[in-house]
Amino acid sequence: MNAPEKPRQKTRFDTIGKPRRRVDGRAKAIGQQRFADDLVLPRMLHAKLARSPHPHAVIESVDVSRARAHRGVHLVLTGADFPVPYGIMPVSQDEYPVARERVRFVGDPVAAVIAVDEQTATEALALIDVKYRPLPTIASPEEGLANPEPRIHDYGEQGNIHRNQSYEFGDVEEALAQSDRVFEDLFFYEGNTHLPMEQQASLASIEGDGKLLLETSTQNPHYLHRQLARVLQMPTAHIRVIATANGGGFGGKCDPGNHEFVVAKAALMLGRPVKICLTREEVFYQHRGRHPVLMKFRTGVTKDGRLTAIHLQTLLDGGAYGSHGPASTFYTGVLTPVTYELPRFKFEACRVFTNKPACGPKRGHGTPQPRFGQEVQLDKIAEALGLDPAEMRLKMVTKPDSLTASWLRVGSTGLAECIRKVVEMSGWRARRGKLGPGRGLGLACSAYMCGAGVSIYWNKLPHSAVQLLLDRSGQVTVYCGATEIGQGSDDVLAGLTAEALGIDPVNVRVVTGDTGITPIDLGSYSSRVTIMMGNAALQAAARVRELLATAAAEALDTLPDRLVFSQDRVFAAEDAGKSMSFVEAIAAAEAKFGTIASVGSYAPPKPPGKYKGAGVGPSPAYSFSACVVETEVDPVTGWVTVPKIWVAHDIGRALNPILARGQVIGSVYMGLGEALMEEQAFRRLPPKLSSALVHRNPSMLDYKSLTSLDMPEVEVALVEEPDPNCPYGAKEVGQGPLLPVMPAVANAIYDAVGVRIDEVPITPDKVLAALARKAKGEAPRVGPESFPGVPYPQATFVLPPWEGGDGNELKGRKAA
Amino acid sequence: MMRLPWFRWHAPRSVAEAAKILAGEGPQAMLIAGGTDLVPNMKRRHQEPAALVALRGVEGLKKIANGAGLTLGAGLTLTEVVEARQVREHYGALYQAAAQVATPHLRNMGTLGGNVCLDTRCTYYNQSYEWRRAIDFCMKKDGATCWVATASKRCVAVSSTDTAPALIALGAKVRLASAGGARELDLADLYNNDGMAYLTRRPDEILTEIVLPPAAGWKSAYWKLRRRGAFDFPVLGVAAAVRAAPDGTVEDARIVLGAVASRPIVAKAGELLAGKRLTDDVIEEVAAKVASRAKPMDNTDLEIYWRKEVVPAFVGYALREVRGDDMRATRMRIARQAL
Amino acid sequence: MDAPTNAIESAAARGPATERRNVLLRLRVNGEDAEAYVAPYKTLLEVLREDLGLTGTKHGCELGECGACAVLLDGEPVLSCLELAVQCEGRAVQTIEGLARGAELHPLQAAFADLGGSQCGYCTSGMVMTAKALLDRDPAPSRERVKEALSGNLCRCTGYQQIWESVEEAARALRMEKQEAKP
Repeated sequence: MNAPEKPRQKTRFDTIGKPRRRVDGRAKAIGQQRFADDLVLPRMLHAKLARSPHPHAVIESVDVSRARAHRGVHLVLTGADFPVPYGIMPVSQDEYPVARERVRFVGDPVAAVIAVDEQTATEALALIDVKYRPLPTIASPEEGLANPEPRIHDYGEQGNIHRNQSYEFGDVEEALAQSDRVFEDLFFYEGNTHLPMEQQASLASIEGDGKLLLETSTQNPHYLHRQLARVLQMPTAHIRVIATANGGGFGGKCDPGNHEFVVAKAALMLGRPVKICLTREEVFYQHRGRHPVLMKFRTGVTKDGRLTAIHLQTLLDGGAYGSHGPASTFYTGVLTPVTYELPRFKFEACRVFTNKPACGPKRGHGTPQPRFGQEVQLDKIAEALGLDPAEMRLKMVTKPDSLTASWLRVGSTGLAECIRKVVEMSGWRARRGKLGPGRGLGLACSAYMCGAGVSIYWNKLPHSAVQLLLDRSGQVTVYCGATEIGQGSDDVLAGLTAEALGIDPVNVRVVTGDTGITPIDLGSYSSRVTIMMGNAALQAAARVRELLATAAAEALDTLPDRLVFSQDRVFAAEDAGKSMSFVEAIAAAEAKFGTIASVGSYAPPKPPGKYKGAGVGPSPAYSFSACVVETEVDPVTGWVTVPKIWVAHDIGRALNPILARGQVIGSVYMGLGEALMEEQAFRRLPPKLSSALVHRNPSMLDYKSLTSLDMPEVEVALVEEPDPNCPYGAKEVGQGPLLPVMPAVANAIYDAVGVRIDEVPITPDKVLAALARKAKGEAPRVGPESFPGVPYPQATFVLPPWEGGDGNELKGRKAA
Repeated sequence: MMRLPWFRWHAPRSVAEAAKILAGEGPQAMLIAGGTDLVPNMKRRHQEPAALVALRGVEGLKKIANGAGLTLGAGLTLTEVVEARQVREHYGALYQAAAQVATPHLRNMGTLGGNVCLDTRCTYYNQSYEWRRAIDFCMKKDGATCWVATASKRCVAVSSTDTAPALIALGAKVRLASAGGARELDLADLYNNDGMAYLTRRPDEILTEIVLPPAAGWKSAYWKLRRRGAFDFPVLGVAAAVRAAPDGTVEDARIVLGAVASRPIVAKAGELLAGKRLTDDVIEEVAAKVASRAKPMDNTDLEIYWRKEVVPAFVGYALREVRGDDMRATRMRIARQAL
Repeated sequence: MDAPTNAIESAAARGPATERRNVLLRLRVNGEDAEAYVAPYKTLLEVLREDLGLTGTKHGCELGECGACAVLLDGEPVLSCLELAVQCEGRAVQTIEGLARGAELHPLQAAFADLGGSQCGYCTSGMVMTAKALLDRDPAPSRERVKEALSGNLCRCTGYQQIWESVEEAARALRMEKQEAKP
């Protein structure tokens, strides 16, 4: 036996780092995992939502009498039944479960039918008579800026601008003026959606004690719980939300959904279980996906390729509601300084309402768009300066334990190692530029948060909490509000708890995502679960371990801190012959202390920035990724093929390497889809004939998700630089590896055929158009041509740490 | 879940019985074979037949018969067509076309006859009832306007069958049966260039057989353009069949384009190629001429001008493959599978 | 909008109620006889999930565009969302629930659980059943063959690679079993 260790500082592991069947693997493989739509209750009714065919209209009247009279219909709900609005963020409470006065996009719910079966409910939808008065529509942020009236919402900054902000860290104009070169580039990132395989479903019922139970496909049961209490005007403690196993989330199940309030209300009114399952088309309307973002980068560099300053401007197409928009707006800039040393940074962002489904958080939340622009621009800079793109990046990666100009604390970083790995794996040095005509390699990097440092609603409370209960039978039950969305958080919880207690994970029972039973966890977003839930679990485990150690030490005649917990036993460090089983240790502790249970909780460290707005971007740790993509581009058709991708991800520590690798490859998959074909696009009809503004492709056939035949092999390297803020050093892996893929594809296409596609998706028609321009001697580029005049506010000016700042706004400083 | 509307259900055992039911039910009845086209369309209320006449249990629709050429029952699944040795060995274009329809599951269900009779497609049409209501419907179903070409008197929905261009290039005829008798016609004549009345089949007729002439001396290929390696309908299909003398001089040729009009477009390839050898120059010249027949509209996936621009390249792929070039690498990049 | 008289409404009103009658359906599901009185508009998917309680078969689009609902019909993978239940009268249906050998997982199920073939698990049933049909035909499929066979099953989580690996591992395990079963 090795020396005793503090559980948090463990370096030798029984469970961690070993490939293991995930705790929910069996249930999923045999079809036993119960997703929301698999749930059935006696006397259950079914709900359907009637949705607006108009992109923007005043509701003049809603007559539900014919629907209500339809045989089999039990209830029809309208906006009148829902006087209280909701929204995921306190600053954007702008949605109603069913629209009251106004519809703002095609698909906005205007009524709900609850009937004996889905077929009957669907039939009754057609019997609802709604009179609309159509209003002019806004299809893009440019239109929104140009047309302050009519306002889609009567709140926001001005006109149809929802959010508008500006931050400057050091005098950026001065730095640009002093730079050897300044590069100015425009980029556009089209919107896209999560497309989880499971369509959202919810089942509301009244439990035996008369309280409301909502079992639903949600990533954030806690926030939903709060919003339900608000909308239904009920005590929160009278509502229980169970996040059912999610058939994929990717951010799409973070916002509360109209359907969840509707079934909850209906169940309360009817006293019967009510279920709803959205159709695939409705999932496209629920959306909350990637914002379309137009970007302008002005980047100064020294002639040897070091950044001097970046001035980044973004313009977001928000869709019809606020959703996570205030956060999304920040995220189109705040993580930009995390990857490379950047002395000064200015960031302006504006989110505009449009008459389309609301955008929100999708895997990478707001950051893939600027990362795409930044990493493609760096490729251009490297070429212009005659530098190798990998070497240039390697020389300027942020240092461990450093601050960014914007006062984010970078703790551990494995970015340099990630770059070295992908360079090595891909044969970058030997192969780049030597693959022959039409073939190329491209490289890009990124960083992501390991959990948002600040909760969505302001509070000083823990972000995650775990409760442990040890039974004399040897059963260890771990409770946490964390939500399994397929990413493997239940497995992380079991694995960490088992490791900390030295037991086999199969002896851990995991109970998660149930606001009626489990302690708080804020939800599965911002890559926060492993870190926050994990730290809470380790704290709880340390506490019960101490009780067990005290009791076991007495029995084994040694000192508690001389004990080792391993392989379901408790050993004396100096004499492995002195030992007892873990079950015996529980019994000894239970005899001594009574029932053995503990709690643990976690709140992230206080961010170093103190200026208003400094709350978005800080994280206990950052993950880093690097990616090399190989492309083949047909010069005649512009057809792009990606035969191979190499990716390295700084994960801190891989808890279950099978799952970690799966998250990386899955991220690459989603990133490649975004790079090449996924888009949530809309179409207007000829305005003289129609005011329609509809989703172009609300189906799984028309929204192009890569099939098994379209996916290249991905070679993964996990870089393990344990981070002291993270449980056993483990950082996030669910989002970060997506981020470098899109710019790496664009850079590889340039390497292959010498054209720049400064927007995603990179479709063959764009490649061919750029090739045609190249042939004519024009700029070989397709991308946005102009950036509109955006009335950004005067910047909040903050001095970077190395310029004598203290993290506060420097008031009275006139920003450039 | 999206659900089908109510309907009456008939499961006849013979073509005669099916034809009789069809005659009795009138135009409100529809035939269903594999259901892979009709069922989703019914779920979206494109078609609302009061009665369905199922062909799956009908005897004789699944035969594969060697005669002078090859006779294929309309009820053969696309998987059965792909796996038929005679098809793979002698009718390469049909094999390649059938193997690229949709997905393995859908090929296990969908039939050759169903693919030949596939409803025309359009981004304004292949949407749910609620979506179509948001555009006040279109000419093809429940509306008055063609939103693709608002001045058009005719629906421009796209012929999206993969097998029909291949079969026409191979010189296929089809047999139709009804209560009034049977008839045979060139497959090319089964189609109208009209997105609504796209078939010349009468509602009381049943497509029973596809008859292919002898393949001796012919070589053929089918190339399909679509976004992904599975699921997607063609946004361009090119079928080429060439009969050449031993010295390589072309004796006869047919090139058929799919997914660029409301019907498969038959190019006058025979006239263009006869007496010539398939040199690079000839291929380029013919490809340009054939491509000029393609009139894609902005109602499918991918950008309209680009789709038009790449037609010559795809005609070239097909002709080069027929010539005997090793096209495997290109095939892998386009189809993402060896065929 | 005016009061709608439209397709769905007319369908609702169409036909006398007497025509809206459930029909008796007999299937052989996972080797057992199954009977249900079902509405004739129901697909096999709806009957499996709603009338027979076999919710292991999932649905992602109900239009034949995702593969989540794949089951084996007389041994061949089909999409249960497009298969009219009445067309399946008397036929053999195999679903994910019928794959395990009692309490022991089928090698495909074990491999998917162990090797990352299943993340959220929602595509898993359709994926595993499709792979089952592949391995029944081809006990040692190439990577290319696996990719083709699964090309009608979308997965949004895995990027497919660990699915391919799971299928290949299961194929190895099944071949071993077969070898060991030989005298």
